Amino acid sequence: MSDGPADTVEHVSGTAIPVRGNDIDTDQIIPARFMKVVTFDGLGEFAFFDQRFDEDDNEKEHPFNEAQYQGANVLVVNQNFGCGSSREHAPQALQRWGIDAIVGESFAEIFAGNCLAMGIPTVTADTETVRALQDYVEKYPDTEVAVDVAEEQVHYDEQTVEVTVDEGQRMALVEGIWDTTALMKSNRDAIRETAESLPYVADDEVGSVGD
Amino acid sequence: MSEGTLYDKVWDRHKVTTLPNEQDQLFVGLHLIHEVTSPQAFGMLKERDMDVAYPELTHATVDHIVPTADQSRPFGDDAAEEMMSELEQNVRDAGIEFDDPTSGDQGIVHVIGPEQGITQPGKTIVCGDSHTSTHGAFGALAFGIGTSQIRDVLATQTVAMDKKKVRKIEVTGELGEHVTAKDIILTIIRELGTEGGVGYVYEYAGEAIESLGMEGRMSICNMSIEGGARAGYVNPDETTYEWLAETDEFADDPERFDELKPYWESIRSDDDAEYDDVVTIDGSEIEPMVTWGTTPGQGIGISEPIPEPESLPESKRDTARRAQEHMRVEPGETMDGYDIDVAFLGSCTNARMADLRDAATVVKGRQVDDSVRAMVVPGSQRVKAAAEAEGLDEVFREAGFEWRGAGCSMCLGMNEDQLEGDEASASSSNRNFVGRQGSKDGRTVLMSPRMVAAAAITGEVTDVRDLPTAEVEA
Repeated sequence: MSDGPADTVEHVSGTAIPVRGNDIDTDQIIPARFMKVVTFDGLGEFAFFDQRFDEDDNEKEHPFNEAQYQGANVLVVNQNFGCGSSREHAPQALQRWGIDAIVGESFAEIFAGNCLAMGIPTVTADTETVRALQDYVEKYPDTEVAVDVAEEQVHYDEQTVEVTVDEGQRMALVEGIWDTTALMKSNRDAIRETAESLPYVADDEVGSVGD
Repeated sequence: MSEGTLYDKVWDRHKVTTLPNEQDQLFVGLHLIHEVTSPQAFGMLKERDMDVAYPELTHATVDHIVPTADQSRPFGDDAAEEMMSELEQNVRDAGIEFDDPTSGDQGIVHVIGPEQGITQPGKTIVCGDSHTSTHGAFGALAFGIGTSQIRDVLATQTVAMDKKKVRKIEVTGELGEHVTAKDIILTIIRELGTEGGVGYVYEYAGEAIESLGMEGRMSICNMSIEGGARAGYVNPDETTYEWLAETDEFADDPERFDELKPYWESIRSDDDAEYDDVVTIDGSEIEPMVTWGTTPGQGIGISEPIPEPESLPESKRDTARRAQEHMRVEPGETMDGYDIDVAFLGSCTNARMADLRDAATVVKGRQVDDSVRAMVVPGSQRVKAAAEAEGLDEVFREAGFEWRGAGCSMCLGMNEDQLEGDEASASSSNRNFVGRQGSKDGRTVLMSPRMVAAAAITGEVTDVRDLPTAEVEA
């Protein structure tokens, strides 16, 4: 039996890809029609699909189409990235395309939570810092960008910029406890006690968290 | 930090423990599941050789992919049929109650919970759907989760969460004629922004909120997430209890109702509760709202001009410019008179009885404009049946609306109901994102059910206050 132990995610490094714009919603990241599936396999090719292709499937201008960004694994975005739907299909599509970490000005809450549950750091920095990184990556796409989750820093071109990682997220990633299923399961007795203490949970509704 | 609010109290009652990652492990009182976000979670469970821990507290429906024209099996769309079959298999294996389309109880997940009475004050409710915040209308702590978290809830009936701050949003005064809950929430999102609620839970209060029925409260809590807040709630009161008393859970079991009421009362925010932030909005100033752009925060009163991007904060300008280009609107003009091709009355925001009755008062005795494809998609099979019992279907049909089966329909492009090409829709749904209604060139104008009805009749965005309304017998 495998409880899917999580790995530690102390740092992520590689080339980066900038996707500019505020309020990029999860419908843009993965249009709903590609969610008519029962697994997440194969979602990578549909990331940002409607931004990348026209009606006749001709490529449009989008960083995800550009040769210099193929193989990038650090996504650099602006404000309120991932707003809208709770669909985990969005970060799943990004991860399957190759993204391992996201640097942005801010993230929508459910999106960031989904990323954490998948071991993808979502680190934040101010507008100026993020735009400078996007500018730099556009100019020098081969630059190695290193996201240091533990130290809350991003390194590129011999510079170090300070970023913020939510404390809970930082600890979960650095200590490898971001996949919480097994951890929570081990509290089965406390779960049962909580269930029994709630007036609305009937006796025959109290379940059991197996071994 | 907040203290003595409903949020604090419900959180504390459901907290199992604090995890080593500093998140709290919360017990989940009701887990709602549907066909789109659950199959992968069941798959992960199988991979880990785990079972569903609390099937009795889990409830399933099918809504996103279900066709609304013909729900007979197999569904016309093979992908939809596969998702449906997968869900059927998963709920059968786990022993989870499932409101399938043959049950008469099927509908949008955020419509069926409240109508069956399983949505209750003081419960924690989660679902793999961002509009789970809807259930907060009953004083539940309800929020959307992703698929990995669905796996956690299936396996343990708990979820790992950070505690948020609480912002009280007090809407004072009396609403004007034809001003509805939808107009309140579009105003709140415009005022506080699409990310203003990140890190917060919203408590909606004040005279304008308390005077709303449950359907209106649900419309408001539903769109909390469009303002960035993962959850929103209204403290339970007599309006809440009256609704609950008539539901399946309590209609035949008044003793159970009496047993639970003290708990419901106990989790109301205290009069001297402390909030992290308080915002006051004058409800009497709100007019019927419409969106002009491609985020729910880009809204204006029907008589107000579309803003110049340059007049907005710097961070909003690019989005506004792109939105105006997509929508083909000009700053300085109002949305009144904007041509529409489709009128969509439906979605988890506005497809309940009160919404249909509201729209029917505008539609009655009128005809849908020749240029408009208009449809009513009731939120559940029960809503549909109740509306038919009142004759509302006839009102809509006679006017030229299509009368459909229950589902998410044209709120999102996952079923047959979609915009085509660059069609513009007057929509009672919750998101005007580019591509949301199935066509990436499609244009969505969000508004209340009454305003959708008015737009259907005239073929353009219209101030419903300019149309005299008829009484519809309830």
